[in-house]
Amino acid sequence: MAIDTNKCVGCADCVVACQTENNVPHGFSRDWIVENVAGTYPNLNMNFRSERCNHCDNAPCVRCCPTGASHIAEGGIVLVTHDDCIGCSACIESCPYDARYVHPDGYVDKCTFCIQRIDKGQNPACVDVCPTHCLHFGDLDNPNSEVSLALKNRKWYVLAPEAGTKPQLYFLT
Amino acid sequence: MKTRRQFIKISTAGAGVAALGLHSLKVKGLNLLGEENTEEPVSDEDMTATPTYCEVCFWKCAGWTYVDKKGRIRKIIGNKNDPHSNGRMCPRGTGGLGMYNDENRLKTPLIREEDDKGHQYFRKASWDEALNLVAANMNKLRKEHGPECMALFAHGTGGKIMSHLIKAYGSPNITAPSFAQCRGPREVGFFATYGEGVLSPERTDIRDTRCLVLIGSHIGENMHNGQIQEMSEAIDNGATIITVDPRYSTAASHSRYWLAIKPATDIALLLAWMHVIIEEELYDKAYVEKYTYGFGELKAHVKDKTPEWAYGITTIEPDVIRRTAREMAGAAPSVIVHPGRHVVWYGDDTQRSRAIAILNALLGSWGRRGGLYNPEKVHLPSYPHPPYPKPKRSWRDAFPKGKYKLASEVLTSGICDATIPNPEWDCHLRGWIVYGTNLMASLPDQKKTLQAIHSLDFLVVIDTMPMDITGYADVILPECTYLERYDILRDSPHREPYLALRMPAAKPKYETKPGWWIAKQLAHRLGLDDYFKWDNIEEMLEWQLKQKGSSLEEMKRIGVKKFHREYDDLYNLQNLEDCEFNTNTGKIELYSTELEEEGFDPFPDYTHHPEPPEGYYRLNYGRAPMHTFSRTVDNHNLWDLMKENKVWVNPKVADLWNLKNGQEVWLKNQDGIISIFPIKVRITERIRWDSVYMVHGFGQDNKKLTRAYGRGANDTHLISKVMEDPIMGGTGMRGNFVTFLKEAPANNRKEDKA
Repeated sequence: MAIDTNKCVGCADCVVACQTENNVPHGFSRDWIVENVAGTYPNLNMNFRSERCNHCDNAPCVRCCPTGASHIAEGGIVLVTHDDCIGCSACIESCPYDARYVHPDGYVDKCTFCIQRIDKGQNPACVDVCPTHCLHFGDLDNPNSEVSLALKNRKWYVLAPEAGTKPQLYFLT
Repeated sequence: MKTRRQFIKISTAGAGVAALGLHSLKVKGLNLLGEENTEEPVSDEDMTATPTYCEVCFWKCAGWTYVDKKGRIRKIIGNKNDPHSNGRMCPRGTGGLGMYNDENRLKTPLIREEDDKGHQYFRKASWDEALNLVAANMNKLRKEHGPECMALFAHGTGGKIMSHLIKAYGSPNITAPSFAQCRGPREVGFFATYGEGVLSPERTDIRDTRCLVLIGSHIGENMHNGQIQEMSEAIDNGATIITVDPRYSTAASHSRYWLAIKPATDIALLLAWMHVIIEEELYDKAYVEKYTYGFGELKAHVKDKTPEWAYGITTIEPDVIRRTAREMAGAAPSVIVHPGRHVVWYGDDTQRSRAIAILNALLGSWGRRGGLYNPEKVHLPSYPHPPYPKPKRSWRDAFPKGKYKLASEVLTSGICDATIPNPEWDCHLRGWIVYGTNLMASLPDQKKTLQAIHSLDFLVVIDTMPMDITGYADVILPECTYLERYDILRDSPHREPYLALRMPAAKPKYETKPGWWIAKQLAHRLGLDDYFKWDNIEEMLEWQLKQKGSSLEEMKRIGVKKFHREYDDLYNLQNLEDCEFNTNTGKIELYSTELEEEGFDPFPDYTHHPEPPEGYYRLNYGRAPMHTFSRTVDNHNLWDLMKENKVWVNPKVADLWNLKNGQEVWLKNQDGIISIFPIKVRITERIRWDSVYMVHGFGQDNKKLTRAYGRGANDTHLISKVMEDPIMGGTGMRGNFVTFLKEAPANNRKEDKA
């Protein structure tokens, strides 16, 4: 997924759409907004980031999961099998992006890129709702996908590259 | 176990990370449907989708309400064929189901009672009893004082049917805060110039513009969905955005130029821009010659309004003024100097709107692609009814003849004045119906509002939520939410005419009823059945749709229907087509003969406005994308995103006062009014050192709003000084100054709560 920070207005529509699509309990969320301000009035810069699980290629949450509930599914999406999860929270400790939480029903929950929608060829709910069209989702292995082209033609960065997790959320600048 | 992070995080340079939003809540399985349910997502095919258009704000985006097999509303998704939403609801529209699920909703009709000890309380009543009581009061008032002593405050779609009822009853006093507290000056200023208003949604062709100029208009924080989508498209297309705002708004952060103007000096900048565009001959000569009146006078008027002159007033450097003027002219006619929406600031707002209108005319953007287009609506016929009775008096009679003559809509503040008994006028207003607007948060000068309310014989409030205003009602009628009701068809002006249908996705919860039903029931009890000849609203909608070659069945299937334009072209002045404007001269009036006739300045001029006294800061207020005024503050989905407002303070000011991030303070204004609740400090470079800022709508004082009660401060409460616009009666609200109280004040509740 690529997120265009030049267009995001930080409205948090992605957060609400995720909650209603995935029935996320009140008080929790799978995605969130970060506002970055730099400088001194009136010489300022600001951008917003819509953040979620980075679906890392080298995912520490998967490596540390004692039951195998956390796994990398086909297409590179990091998932948690609810029935296999014992709620030990080792994955939460290991995630440098703080993208996971314990669901009130006892299992660990996080962004799934709306796997139930992707399976049907739809976009994640956050991508389809965004009023600024700042979220791009697609297959990074396909050089002609919208997201691959965006990464080819624009400057981008990833979060916490030093953690060595090979994150798959790209922030366009 | 590590706690869940806050999901909206604010990280500010040098200030570490300040949290805004959600803290970890270890509540067991109470999900978004407000019940014990932790089911997996339901696929769209296993749900039914019902058309609706949103009522969380006035943008009225069309969408689909998804209901699962158990009849529960699961989500709301935009309708792809709707030009307001283009298939994408904003956070409030997406979270609209929180309005339906809110357990704090008004549930039954309530009637005010008083016990032996004089203690007043609300008693639950049946609909019959409540409606009979309202009708008895209205019948009595009509008989004893005439129907013109009744007033209706209406906001939103349902207000239209209520207005129909009040017109049939015989009163012209139908008002909404959307005029005198919001877009009124803009409509009057543009009407004086072009003979037409800006309308809603605004006729701005942002999609195709090459230069967008925003003057205090914070698109992105005000979630005007279609405009935000188009601004995003304009960014993709490389359009230049110029934002004029003393606050570093979201729009400012997306702009090529941010002009951090000194508050209350915008007109000086606008005049200097005109000066540059005229003196450097950058204006659209053919357009100005063909369409406008008074160019020579304008040129003389702005002759001395140089960028150097404006620099001393606005603090914007002359070079920046020149460069931005040239940017605009370079993009012309695909340029928009945006008229804004909430424009009641300093009392000279009609004149500022005039300056904006004139600037657009010089750039030739009105009627042009990428400028301001020529919108069209469907012009839906009304269901046949007898003519309305002709009122013998109106609220205007409470004022000297001719005052507010240019107010093209009824003033809320005028209704308040006309309600307070006045020895020179013996027929003050005596009954109010307040529909869907929380006057305690929408009208400034609460003292006057309360004085008017306490003068009333009776007050009926129709709402979905126990907002502050309901505390003053004699009768409360609980309406069901927009997801549980039919309403009139949405017929709003756009590039192409469209109709949109709202129909119920679920049965009304509790004892709530739709607005149309309430209006029809009251009409029956007032002997006005002839005005409501349909049995239910579906019959009326069916009749209206038939007249336009559609049907209710079709609309239920598609939700939104596009019609063909019947009148002029979308860009009706693109090639200098002939056009007669609806003004005295038939031209675009750079020089306003209408204003001159009424004794006002035919050209906008800069006036110096008061500045904050020492130790005080100008109170600025605005919007957050996840809330609509006070109406959403208790919505659980949106409350999750933003629970309270904070007072933005520049770091220099914070140092001076030794304020810390997150510290609670009370605000005291220039008239000694103190916020009822404390508000947390947010230290940020995004605000000037002479101002503070807060998001409007918070600080609700009704304990029945269990989530919203006591969270943050109510800006309206602190806006006791109104800078009235002499041209049209707009209530300028940006001339209030506040200071900080670090200790809890002893008596900040001066008014008697009913």
